[in-house]
Amino acid sequence: MSKRKVVITGLGIISPVGNAVSDAWENIIAGKSGITRITRFDASNFSSQIAGEVKEFDITQYISAKEARRMDIFIHYGMAAAIQAVRDAEIEDASKFDAERIGVNIGSGIGGLPMIETTDAAYHAGGPRKISPFFIPSTIINMVAGNLSIMYGYKGPNLAIVTACTTATHSIGNSARMIEYGDADIMICGGTESCITPLTVGGFSAARALSSSNDDPAAASRPWDIKRDGFVLGEGAGILVLEEMEHARQRGARIYAELAGFGMSADAHHMTAPCEDGEGAARCMTNALANARVNVDELHYINAHGTSTPLGDIAETIAVKRCFGERAKHLAISSTKSMTGHLLGAAGGVEAVLSTLAVFHQVAPPTINLDHPDPECDLDYIPHEAREMKINVALSNSFGFGGTNGTLVFRKV
Amino acid sequence: MEIAEIEQRIKKIVAEQLGVNEAEIKNESSFVNDLGADSLDTVELVMALEEEFECEIPDEQAEKINTVQEAIDYVASNASQ
Repeated sequence: MSKRKVVITGLGIISPVGNAVSDAWENIIAGKSGITRITRFDASNFSSQIAGEVKEFDITQYISAKEARRMDIFIHYGMAAAIQAVRDAEIEDASKFDAERIGVNIGSGIGGLPMIETTDAAYHAGGPRKISPFFIPSTIINMVAGNLSIMYGYKGPNLAIVTACTTATHSIGNSARMIEYGDADIMICGGTESCITPLTVGGFSAARALSSSNDDPAAASRPWDIKRDGFVLGEGAGILVLEEMEHARQRGARIYAELAGFGMSADAHHMTAPCEDGEGAARCMTNALANARVNVDELHYINAHGTSTPLGDIAETIAVKRCFGERAKHLAISSTKSMTGHLLGAAGGVEAVLSTLAVFHQVAPPTINLDHPDPECDLDYIPHEAREMKINVALSNSFGFGGTNGTLVFRKV
Repeated sequence: MEIAEIEQRIKKIVAEQLGVNEAEIKNESSFVNDLGADSLDTVELVMALEEEFECEIPDEQAEKINTVQEAIDYVASNASQ
């Protein structure tokens, strides 16, 4: 029996470059940066004072102010992007479907840290009576999945995966597997993140992971460039609606692309550093291609993890060469993090939306700020300008702390 | 503090906390039965009353505050300002 195929029928995005799919795509293709100085808190004491913040976002366009008060910001972003995706796929009315076969799988890398920080301060100032009864459900990571299922009546699998910066990629890949296996016909999946707070910026800074190019925020995220000096923290959410192919065809849904494969691996090497020989990442891509049964010649574009860290960008370059050999030089590769910053647990979700659109529109997004490529990063990283090109198959990579890797495969339909 | 002032401040808090229109809130309104509150809402509502009137409402007293009028009565006889 051939496996059930999975297609993408809905997209949603909240990001530093736009809070609607069309706006975000337009800005990405135009090479616009969403990075600015941090406005959420006074970051003047911190070595990194820049971030990809979401701008002009109003949660009450999606849910009531009362409901919104019970959710930390990462839930707001996740709900907003998921509602966009649900509307895009035209599955708002669960009564038209078998609701027990619609599931939600939306994760976050860090979750409700902003509210954990403010509640901790309230507790120290006023004692235990100052802790809200909504504190726990406002901050725990599975509450996007929970709230969305309550809102629409989706009664299928309901879960959240937490794997640092690979969260959303694992959520999407895992959801595709659930559809293939037969647990569900439709899965709303991806990742969300919002933790531009003193503890997050301080923690990543202490780990020497963040860029301190504070004077020119738009130029700070510069994957593969010789002057790169760390990643820029971002926030937002990226959500896909995945659907079993025949289910989608029978109801006449718009199909953006096929989610053709998924691969995973572990570096088994270091808490935060990638393995220098790219072995774990290469194996992840190999696993994904094997799962998709894709011929390497069909692969044209990779949306890289490309965080703009000195070590990570070299390791990914080595991994692509290790996986694809001679073919590596003929692949078009870009990092949209050059514009969005690194959205941690949401990164793979936003990048899955952009990879889907790259396949759908046959346009590869650029890597901005790639002015002087590092000699050790010598592949075609699509500098500065988007590229109209044939894309039969695209990959999207995510690598996370703990050495956890995920790769998704998108195929043109 | 005038009863009318207490009533007005409490109705404002209830409207804010429960996401209802202030005009819909009557003195006899029950938080759970009339204004759509669940058990967590009522806990948070009591916290908001404590904050507004700078008092501490013990749990056994809080459990007896189920309507707007009961909240007004409690604040009128217990709050200092």
